[in-house]
Amino acid sequence: MSAPLLSVRDLRVDFDLGRDGLFGPRRILQAVAGVSFDLAAGETLGIVGESGCGKSTLARAILRLVPASGGSVNFDGTDLLALSAAKMREQRRHLQIIFQDPLASLDPRMTVREIIEEPLRALLPQIPKFERHDRVRAMMQRVGLLPQQINRYAHEFSGGQAQRIGIARALVVKPKLIVCDEPVSSLDVSIKSQIINLLQDLQQEMSLSLLFIAHDLASVRHISHRVLVLYLGRVMELADRDALYTNPRHPYTRALLAAAPDLDPQRARAQPMEPLEGEPPSPINPPSGCVFRTRCPFAIDRCATEVPRLREVGRSHVACHKAEEIFELCAKVAPE
Amino acid sequence: MTEPLLQVRDLNVRFTTHDGTVQAVTAVDLDVAPGEFTGIVGESGSGKSQFLLSLLGLLANNGSTTGSVRYRHQELLNAKESVLQQIRGRRIGMVFQDPMTALNPHLSIGRQLTEGLRHHLKLNRRDATRRAIDMLKAVQLTDAERRLSQYPHELSGGMRQRVTIAMALICEPDLILADEPTTALDVTVQAQILGLLRELRSRFGTAVILVTHDLGVLAQVADRVAVMYAGRIVEAGTLDDVFYRPRHPYTEGLQHAIPRLDRDRTQRLPTIPGAPPDLSRLPPGCAFAPRCAYRMSRCETEIPPLDLVDPGVESGHRKACFHQGALGKLATEHKA
Repeated sequence: MSAPLLSVRDLRVDFDLGRDGLFGPRRILQAVAGVSFDLAAGETLGIVGESGCGKSTLARAILRLVPASGGSVNFDGTDLLALSAAKMREQRRHLQIIFQDPLASLDPRMTVREIIEEPLRALLPQIPKFERHDRVRAMMQRVGLLPQQINRYAHEFSGGQAQRIGIARALVVKPKLIVCDEPVSSLDVSIKSQIINLLQDLQQEMSLSLLFIAHDLASVRHISHRVLVLYLGRVMELADRDALYTNPRHPYTRALLAAAPDLDPQRARAQPMEPLEGEPPSPINPPSGCVFRTRCPFAIDRCATEVPRLREVGRSHVACHKAEEIFELCAKVAPE
Repeated sequence: MTEPLLQVRDLNVRFTTHDGTVQAVTAVDLDVAPGEFTGIVGESGSGKSQFLLSLLGLLANNGSTTGSVRYRHQELLNAKESVLQQIRGRRIGMVFQDPMTALNPHLSIGRQLTEGLRHHLKLNRRDATRRAIDMLKAVQLTDAERRLSQYPHELSGGMRQRVTIAMALICEPDLILADEPTTALDVTVQAQILGLLRELRSRFGTAVILVTHDLGVLAQVADRVAVMYAGRIVEAGTLDDVFYRPRHPYTEGLQHAIPRLDRDRTQRLPTIPGAPPDLSRLPPGCAFAPRCAYRMSRCETEIPPLDLVDPGVESGHRKACFHQGALGKLATEHKA
C-alpha cells in the first residue's frame, strides 16, 4: 500500500470544564482519548458510534476546528497540528467538511453563488473572477442544482437541496479529503439515498478521500471501505467493511449491529432484539480499564484493571481482551 | 371485527398561513382496535405528526379540522376543552419525540408522574406515589424510589423517555399516541425502548398509534401499518402485507431506498427521484405521480381512492393507486 493521505496518531482532545466549585478538583472531559488510523487516497473510512462518543470532535480536531491536546495529524506529508495559522490556511483547500444540518451551515444572507464562491475567494484568490464563476456554475450542475437557482437564498431550498449546496461548497476548491459529519442524518429517506449516491459518484470522479461520520450503520456499510467504531473517545474496532459487518469482533460492534432494527417483520418477531443494557458512562469520569466493560456482557476482572490495546485479530483490529473467545463462542451459537 | 376503540373518518387538517392555506392532512380514515399497535410511516411534511396532534385537539392556533374522530362513540373532534381534558392523559396518553421538552424542567419526576393520578383518579399523595414507583419499575428504570425526587436534567435521554412513557401509561389509558418516540435516541437505547413498548403493550393491553419516519421501527412493533404521503394515507394494511407485498409505488420506493444490513451491498442505491410536494401547491391528481415510475396519464388528473387491493381478502390491505397488479420495478433494479 502506498503512503496514506492522512495518518492520525494518538490524537487527543480534552475539554477543560473548570473546577467543581471553588476548591473542587479540575474536571477534564476526554472527548477523544488517543485515536490512531490511516486513510488512503480515494478511500472512505466510516466512523460510527453513539452520540457523545467523540466522532464529531475527532473530525473537527483533524481539521483543527477544535484544538487537539496531543498526538499528530499527518496529511500528505505535513503535520497539521504543528502548522502556524497561516500555513494551515494554505492546507484548507485540501481539507473540506460537510455538516449535518445543511440549512444551519449555510449563511442565510448569501445567495447560492456567494456561498459556493466563498471558499474559492478565500482559499484560491489567484483564480480570476470569470473562471471562478465558471467553476461555481459547473459545480452547481454537477451536484444537481439548476442554473436558475444561482441567485436564490438558502432558506428557499429543501433540506436535500441545501445539502447539495453544502456539497458544492466543499468540493469547489477540489479538495483531497472531505469530512462528512452526519451528512444524511437529517434528510428524509427518499432524499437520503440521492445524496449518498451523489457523494459516492463524486468520490470516484475526483478520487476523494472521505471520512464519513454517521450513527446509521447501514449507510456507513453502503459507502465505506473501512469502518472505525468509537466508544467514549476510544477506538473499539477498526476493520474492512465486510470483515466488520460479517464478523464483528468487538462486543460493542456486535451490540450496535444487533440494535439496528431489522426491516424484516418475520425475522424481527422470531428473534426479538436483545439490546445492550444502560447507556454510555460519562466521559468526565470514564471506567477504569476497558471503558466498555460496564455494559459488556463478557467483562472479566482483567477488563477493570488493564486497558485493552488495539491489536490485530483475524482481519480486524480490536481493543478487547476476549476478542478470540467471544468470536468462537458466537460462531458456535450462530453458525452461518 | 370487534368494535374499534378509535374511529377516524374523513379527517382533514388545514393551516392558515401567510402563503395561503396548507392542507396538512386530507381525508384520512383509520380504525384502531383495542390493544392494536398501529404504525404510521411518512417523511417530514407527510402530515403524520399533525394527524396525531389533531386527534386530541393539540394543533397550533392557526390549524382547523373537519371530519370525525370517535373514541368509544364519543366525538373528540372540535369537542369542548373540558371534554378533551377528561380524555387526555386519562384515556389517551401521549409520548413525544423529545423527552426533554415534554417534561417540565422545574418539577420533580415524582410530581410530574403523580399529577395525572391526583387530578384524574383523585388518588391521595401516598397512593399516587406508590403507583408512580410501580410504574417506574414497569418501565425498567433503576432506583425507582430515588428517581421521584430527581429532576429531568439529572437523567439521560433514554431514562427521560422511560419517564414520559411511564407518565403516558400511569392512568392506564386504552390508547397511547407516540410521535417518533425513539428518533432522538441512540440505536442501543432505541432498541431498549422498542422492546419496552412491545412488553408494556402485551402486559397492559394498551393500543398504540406510533408515528415514525423509520420503517425499521415499525417492523419491530406494529400490527398494522399506514403509509402517508403529502397528507393522505396511500397504503394501509397488516405489517406483513405492507412490508412483503407493497402495492403503492411510494411504499416500494421507501423500502428500496434504505441501505439495509440484511441485503447484499449494491453499488448504487435505488432512489425515488425528486422531492415531496409543497403542501400549499399540490398537483391536481395523485401527489406522488411526478416521482412515480408507474405513472399513467390518469394519475395527473384524478386522485386515486384508497381502495381494497383485493376485495375478497379479509386483511383489509388498501392502496391509493391506479396501477393494477404487482409492483417490482425497483426490486429488479436492486438486483441489477
